Amino acid sequence: MYPDNFRYTKEHEWVLVEGDAGTIGITDHAQQELGDIVYVDLPKVGVHVELGKPLGSVESVKAVSDIYSPASGEVTEVNQLLAEAPEKLNQDPHGAAWLVKIHLSAPAEILNLMSAADYQSYIGAEK
Amino acid sequence: MRYLPKSDSERRQMLEACGVASPEELFSHLPEAVRLKRPLELAPGISEYEIVDYFRRRAAENANGYASFLGAGVYHHFRPVLVDTVVSRGEFLTSYTPYQAEISQGTLTAIFEFQSMICQLTGMDVANASMYDGSTAVPEAAMMAVRSTGKGRVLIARSVHPEYREVLRTYARHQGMPVEEFGYLPEAGTIDLEELDRKMDDLTAAVVVQSPNFFGIVDKLKAAAEIAHRRGALLIVVFTEAVSLGLLEPPADADIVAGELQSFAISPSYGGPFAGIIATRERFVRQMPGRLVGQTTDSRGNRAFCLTLSTREQHIRREKATSNICTNQALIALMATVFMTVYGKQGLRELAEQNLAKAHYLAGRVKPRFSGKFFNEFVARVEGKSPEEINKALLKKKIIGGLPLGRFYPELADCMLLCATEMSRRADVDVVAEVLR
Amino acid sequence: MITKVRPHLSQNEALLFERSSPGKKAYQLPDLDVPALDPAEALGAENVRAEIPGFPEVSEVEAIRHFTRLSTWNYAIDYGMYPLGSCTMKYNPRINELVARIEGLAWAHPYQPEALAQGSMEVMARLEAALAEITGMDAVTLQPAAGAHGELTGILLIRALLEKRGNPRKKILIPDSAHGTNPATAAIAGYAVENIASSAKGVLDVGALARLVDRDVAALMVTNPNTLGVFEENIMQAAEILHAKGAMLYMDGANMNALVGIARPGDFGVDVLHLNLHKTFSTPHGGGGPGAGPVAVKKAFEPFLPVPRLKRSGKKWAYDYRRPRSIGRVRAFYGNFGVLVRALAYILAHGGPGLRNATVDAVLNAVYVRKQLEPYFDLPYASPNMHEVVFSDDRQAKMGVRTGDLAKRLIDYGFHPYTVSFPLIVRGALMIEPTETEGKLELDQFIEAMISIAKEVEADPQLVKNAPYGTRTSRVDEVTAARKPVLRWKPS
Repeated sequence: MYPDNFRYTKEHEWVLVEGDAGTIGITDHAQQELGDIVYVDLPKVGVHVELGKPLGSVESVKAVSDIYSPASGEVTEVNQLLAEAPEKLNQDPHGAAWLVKIHLSAPAEILNLMSAADYQSYIGAEK
Repeated sequence: MRYLPKSDSERRQMLEACGVASPEELFSHLPEAVRLKRPLELAPGISEYEIVDYFRRRAAENANGYASFLGAGVYHHFRPVLVDTVVSRGEFLTSYTPYQAEISQGTLTAIFEFQSMICQLTGMDVANASMYDGSTAVPEAAMMAVRSTGKGRVLIARSVHPEYREVLRTYARHQGMPVEEFGYLPEAGTIDLEELDRKMDDLTAAVVVQSPNFFGIVDKLKAAAEIAHRRGALLIVVFTEAVSLGLLEPPADADIVAGELQSFAISPSYGGPFAGIIATRERFVRQMPGRLVGQTTDSRGNRAFCLTLSTREQHIRREKATSNICTNQALIALMATVFMTVYGKQGLRELAEQNLAKAHYLAGRVKPRFSGKFFNEFVARVEGKSPEEINKALLKKKIIGGLPLGRFYPELADCMLLCATEMSRRADVDVVAEVLR
Repeated sequence: MITKVRPHLSQNEALLFERSSPGKKAYQLPDLDVPALDPAEALGAENVRAEIPGFPEVSEVEAIRHFTRLSTWNYAIDYGMYPLGSCTMKYNPRINELVARIEGLAWAHPYQPEALAQGSMEVMARLEAALAEITGMDAVTLQPAAGAHGELTGILLIRALLEKRGNPRKKILIPDSAHGTNPATAAIAGYAVENIASSAKGVLDVGALARLVDRDVAALMVTNPNTLGVFEENIMQAAEILHAKGAMLYMDGANMNALVGIARPGDFGVDVLHLNLHKTFSTPHGGGGPGAGPVAVKKAFEPFLPVPRLKRSGKKWAYDYRRPRSIGRVRAFYGNFGVLVRALAYILAHGGPGLRNATVDAVLNAVYVRKQLEPYFDLPYASPNMHEVVFSDDRQAKMGVRTGDLAKRLIDYGFHPYTVSFPLIVRGALMIEPTETEGKLELDQFIEAMISIAKEVEADPQLVKNAPYGTRTSRVDEVTAARKPVLRWKPS
């Protein structure tokens, strides 16, 4: 369920590191908690995001949740799919519905994030 | 008391069911120190007849049976009889905000129609379900512009309603939103484009212009838009006389329209309640304040309406909301909706044409102070007679004259703002013209 | 067994634009008694619009049928109880509608000479005095158009006084149980918001307050009774803590219906408060407004009140515009005058003793509902409640049924739902406020309905989850409405 090559945050975001590029998304657990997603607010290309700080937000009909960046860096790509079809975030949060790609400014940060196994236990404990 | 449906025996039964010996025991948990130990110093309740009598006496102490030539943001227009018939229905009058869509389709459908008609009138893409009034719609629009552009400064024309400008200042003061004014041309009465251009900069979020402006004059919106847009600011267009939209070209160059609908069958009622609106382009919709009704379907596929994009609002977004507004002016907006329905496409046009004719007939006999083209209000000045003197003479003939402008524009202290609508009778207009000669 | 309602036919009705036909008329203007004008000549051809595209044209008969049919799709107080917490959906007396429409009051122009507006000014002065007496405060402004508007005015007043004293400060403390307008207002007034958690009893935690109040705190915004319907027993202590550090106590008066004639905010330490005339004072909600949100203040704030103020000039009323310390206007003109008339009519009808009796009945009704429903719904806080009571859906949640579902099923029983999922400090809240204008019959029917639904949850949870069944529309698709907003009619 939770890809082994992702790293996870306590706020239910994931990051996939490939060299000095990171792809960021939210986890399946997060999308379940949010319910039907109606809108995703993402930063523009070129914006600098910081570990632990909000990079955008996700909206369901009755709630808004901030998305906290799992890593610091500059946004290089924004997933246009979500503007058209926010429901994709419910359907495929680990795949097609990634949020942004960034150029990592501090790759070492990733070491502090959880592995898939750790994340799995974390959410198990949360319940 | 006729509004309290319990009999004494029912109260006793209920107290027993609560395990409480007396009504006072319901409050025994309150700290002694907070309790009010004396009766309220208010007269005992009075009967229906006495209440009506009280208010009839108060009404008699106001102007009654006067013809009025006051405009200045509040207008005397006929109120179609159907308006009160509709809003007096208990299902509209005594219903709640339509959060529960299944039992509020009446309200929601009417609001959807309202939003649609406002878009048609103003030429905008989307309109909300009402703001408190035109004056508070202005700072709300300004805050929208700040959020949308990321810039902080607002430029507002002096020919926007003076009290609207005061309200903007009150709101702006605590938002770190500098507000600066630019003037009008002394001859034409339209905005001073050259001054606007000079004061314009790249930090400006919005330029605010009213049309018809406070002097009744159709203002230079296209030119203002050009100056604003060139420097990355939004154009906010304000209107106070909604009837003008029946005839005047809608403000297509605006990014945001902030207006007052009082002219649409809303009683002047000494200044409120009225109904403001904000209408805008689709790309700003998520920055809009206030409620929005959207079309959808139910599980059986029937068309239905519901409140939507609620995440903008205070009950969800809290301190990050687009506004703190909760209660709006729904019933008043419904009055406007019925008005727009009764008049319809042709009627609004005919109504506006009548307004134009009445005001221009008066202006033909009294020279307007400004050369700019006007709708149903204009500024007049009389050689050798102050506006106060003129109004004193008019009062003797049971006519309330125009608004002396000295209180808002010291440079126009010898002028008054006159308004004539479809309700102004020729005989009264003739009297006014005579006294102003 | 559902006794309060039975289905009956309601008319379908299309949108006005779909009923429209060119040439249909619902109006007739008198003939022009002055010469007609060519608009293009008077205004310039470039300023004259073509027709209003898509604007409807219907006849008078169609107009009245349209709106009448629409109205029958609404629930309303005139049909039955609204148990909505903190909304105080009480009876809207019809006499209020009549007096607001008396010509001399309804046609008054705000700029008509003061000598010809004495009636309106007297009405406002009388209402100011009555509200000051009811709240135990020194001065009242009637300008704000609604509760949230009153909150903003109140916070701006606090800022102004603190500024005069040398330091406007930076933050406002707001309980986690507060209504959303509170933090939204603080933000607009330029303050940062700091949340203060409620105690285990669901009330203000004075220990936490004492720790949080410093010279950066401008005020605490509190609702009393709070959104659980519980009186803040430590309110006077809270006021002392705040005042000791030069901070202010702001009260959101949404729940005044529990206090009128019983306790006065001015007596328990409140510095500034707003009232909701469309709640406590019976003015009609009208599908979402208008309201009015007068603000009442202690003497120290008087110089800062919005301009103009009413003042006595010999035997007459006059406006005082010379108020250099005023925060300015919060709206054009004087206030939602038509709403003010209705509120004054309500006060006159009850009178002093009557207002207190109404409060007693309001609290009795809520306590009665609590007692009858306690065996069936979880009560998260044991404290005595006043005019409203808050349950949680914990018991029903075990069967997968949430407060929102219960609310939808209540509709099938002929009632408007209670307030769902608020306050946020209660898991799955059911917030119920009957108000004093509900009689025993209506209350008992409501209680029976709630008990019946609780039993349905045990026996057949799916039945409740798929409610409502008896309404014109079933549950609407709010998700698509938010994903793909359609906010206006367009010709197909």
